[in-house]
Amino acid sequence: MKNSAKSLTWKGAASEGDSDAKKLTLALAGNVNVGKSTIFNQLTGLVQETGNWGGKTVDIKRGTLSHHGLQIDIVDLPGIYSFATYSTEEQITQEYILTQRPDVIINVVDATSLERNLFFTLQLREMGLPVVTVLNYGDEARKKGIHVDAKLLQELLGIPVIEAIAVKGIGVHELVDAALDLVKNPPQQNNGKLEYGKEVEQRISQTIALLGEGLSEDVPKWQAIQFLEGNYSSITADNKNLSDITAKAQELAGELVAMHGEDITTIISAERFALAASIATKVTASKPPAKKFSDLMDSIALHPIFGYFMFFLTLSVILIFVSFFGEWFSDLVEGFFESIKPVITGPAMDIFWNGGVIGFYAALIVAIGFILPFFLILSWLGESGYLPRIAFLMDRPCHTIGLHGMSSIPLIMALGCNVPACMACRVMNNKRDRLIATFLTTMVPCAARTSIVLGLVGAFIGWQWAVGLLFFQFLLIYVVGLILGRIMPSTAPGIIMEIPEYRWPRLKNVWRQAWFRFREFLVIGVPLIVIGSVVIETMNVYNWLEYLTNILAPVTVSWLGLPAFTGVLLIFGILRKEANLALLFSFAGGAAITSIMSPLQMVVFTIVILIYIPCISTIAVLLKETGVKATTLMVLGEITLAILIGGVAYRVLGLFMS
Amino acid sequence: MNSSVEEYLKAIYNLTRSGKSASTSDVSKRLNISPASVTEMFKKLAEEGYISYSPYRGVTLTEKGEAFGKKMARKHRLLERFLHDTLKIGKDKVHEEACAMEHTLSDEVERALCLTLKYPDTCPDDGKTIPPCDFDFSTCQECKEWDSTDIDELRRRKKGVVSLLELKNHGRATVAFVRGGGEMLRRLCDMGLTPGTEICVTRIAPLKGPLEISVRGTKLALGHRIAGNIFVEKLDG
Repeated sequence: MKNSAKSLTWKGAASEGDSDAKKLTLALAGNVNVGKSTIFNQLTGLVQETGNWGGKTVDIKRGTLSHHGLQIDIVDLPGIYSFATYSTEEQITQEYILTQRPDVIINVVDATSLERNLFFTLQLREMGLPVVTVLNYGDEARKKGIHVDAKLLQELLGIPVIEAIAVKGIGVHELVDAALDLVKNPPQQNNGKLEYGKEVEQRISQTIALLGEGLSEDVPKWQAIQFLEGNYSSITADNKNLSDITAKAQELAGELVAMHGEDITTIISAERFALAASIATKVTASKPPAKKFSDLMDSIALHPIFGYFMFFLTLSVILIFVSFFGEWFSDLVEGFFESIKPVITGPAMDIFWNGGVIGFYAALIVAIGFILPFFLILSWLGESGYLPRIAFLMDRPCHTIGLHGMSSIPLIMALGCNVPACMACRVMNNKRDRLIATFLTTMVPCAARTSIVLGLVGAFIGWQWAVGLLFFQFLLIYVVGLILGRIMPSTAPGIIMEIPEYRWPRLKNVWRQAWFRFREFLVIGVPLIVIGSVVIETMNVYNWLEYLTNILAPVTVSWLGLPAFTGVLLIFGILRKEANLALLFSFAGGAAITSIMSPLQMVVFTIVILIYIPCISTIAVLLKETGVKATTLMVLGEITLAILIGGVAYRVLGLFMS
Repeated sequence: MNSSVEEYLKAIYNLTRSGKSASTSDVSKRLNISPASVTEMFKKLAEEGYISYSPYRGVTLTEKGEAFGKKMARKHRLLERFLHDTLKIGKDKVHEEACAMEHTLSDEVERALCLTLKYPDTCPDDGKTIPPCDFDFSTCQECKEWDSTDIDELRRRKKGVVSLLELKNHGRATVAFVRGGGEMLRRLCDMGLTPGTEICVTRIAPLKGPLEISVRGTKLALGHRIAGNIFVEKLDG
């Protein structure tokens, strides 16, 4: 609770009176991986990343819903297990709920693991906030032989409970109706049914009385519990005799400790869980499940030998598939444009065709041939529930660099795009782990960079070289991790992660997710590449290019042994990594790239591209996540590393490849 | 009890960690004592109910012996930690020093050492796990906040506890004690691992990899070190 050092003035349900005048806010909150983002997407029509693993949503997302002519703000909060926060994204949720006071909290719970989910619901109830509980995954629960009585749950919790199957959009509008109803008719005190053990409850009441003395409003139960637990930061500032109350609360807590023989935090957790368990048992009827698909699947996916084999195979199949698909698509597009190529006469025509048109189709090749398939496959994997299994498998290997398995999820996501992956590093619960994971994430070849490996080295030298280079990069990431692990020794205890059931991804969701990310490549990437290509071709036609390339020549030509024009590509690549391959195509002017680069130069160029600098969007995220100092160090470090390894590769590989 | 009995029990405790029984020659080598004397001592220990001894097959600790061996190992490793961390004695020397001191270490000092060192879980020289104490606490926080200094007032555990790492696959148990405390304990509680909760180990990754357990209808992955600090009472069947 160390981070809630804000003094709060509790208003209880009083804030709802004026809510008709202003725009309503509904906030989605609940455990990780219960379907909050799916409901958010259904309500707002936006595409917030979803997936079957804990910690996708690491930031507050907002959207608007138009419901019967009413504009309602919908807020999607990161998953949270408890108000005793552990990781950064949980703190975000806690602060939002405590300080922003949304009109209604939509508490999403997973019907397949009700007991654990209700633990958080109980905390919301203690706070006396207006809550609507959404019972999601009822269909999955039934498949597992679990039937949840929503009516009884509603009665026991004393708040509206709506059944939903979020992926199909079932129940989402009912939940909004229930929320609006709650705003219109704020319920009276109805906390009565939720009682903990007698001796605990009694002391909570005593604390409430202590805190409420002289205040006109009721003090929420949650606040009294905070006080018993020794967290005084959430109390109103206008309490005069705070030290008296503190002493008395300590005394009450001491009595409980003496009685239970456990410390107060554990007593409270145990009480909440006992109540959650008793509610869950009352409302759930379950038949013993048959051998589940998840268990069967896990006997391979988590197997100490076959599991790694499957992981390796999955990665390889993805790379090889994208490589062949990209090549096929590239030939198709290039063939078409070559067949309609006009005779080029004069500089204007040259700039139009070799700059504009080739720039355009080269950009399309990279975007559709390489990046889109990556996004589709990664989105599918994310929805399936395979990522937490990778985290489980990689936990042991990650320990050699002082991280734990959780960090492998951002690293896998980074194969698509580094930007969301850097943000996903928030699931790491301490600063040191987060920093190292973020740094390593920026070194993972994203789809744009992989397009160069596959489209250049793979297409013109051979797929073995392409796969070799990628594995070299993974090795480099590991070595950098080892070095960072030595510089900053680990203090973290290790992984505590939920392993969800597998879910068969819905293709519509997969497509929407991939398309949402990919759209940026079409609307920003492609035009930018066309512009860049036209500018470069213009400079080329009028022989201006060498002025620019000369500046970088000492590094690019003398040290790395690359053609001078690559200097421009390297600069342009900072904006968009996929531009590197596209612009190469346009430099070659429709001819094979082999005419402007030797195989050795292709390899060295690709190595440099893989390492040299995070793209501008990634840098922006890095600044936000890690600060100026760390970002500067990372960027400088990667530039140095790229120049160093590129130069060495040029000299060493030159012995074999010239 | 004399210190040579303690030495024997400690040696047998360490030799039987992997679940095998300890042979006369193992113990003889370890303590640098002739096999004949070892056999003699085995008989004596068996009579007193510390070990079960079957000739040619070696010895295993009884429950009583196990608890005692654990206690000795705990005192030894706590002392090593203290010598190394607080007194800055070299890693190569702590073992011998601790051997000399462990027999005179009272339970009261043992507890004080553990509190001062902030509940260490491994010893400094070879990274072995420090066994948990036998006081009836469910968290270290509780031990820290215990007001009375009178050691005799503290309840002892009635049933032996083992760490999650010592459970076999599909082994069921109830959570008894979580060592360490702070954020990690809080998190475990929030995920449902409160004292008394029934859990079942569903997967054990080799080479100090993570564990998968099922608790309150969900599956959790726990890192090796975290699992080593969660102590449980085994359930039969």
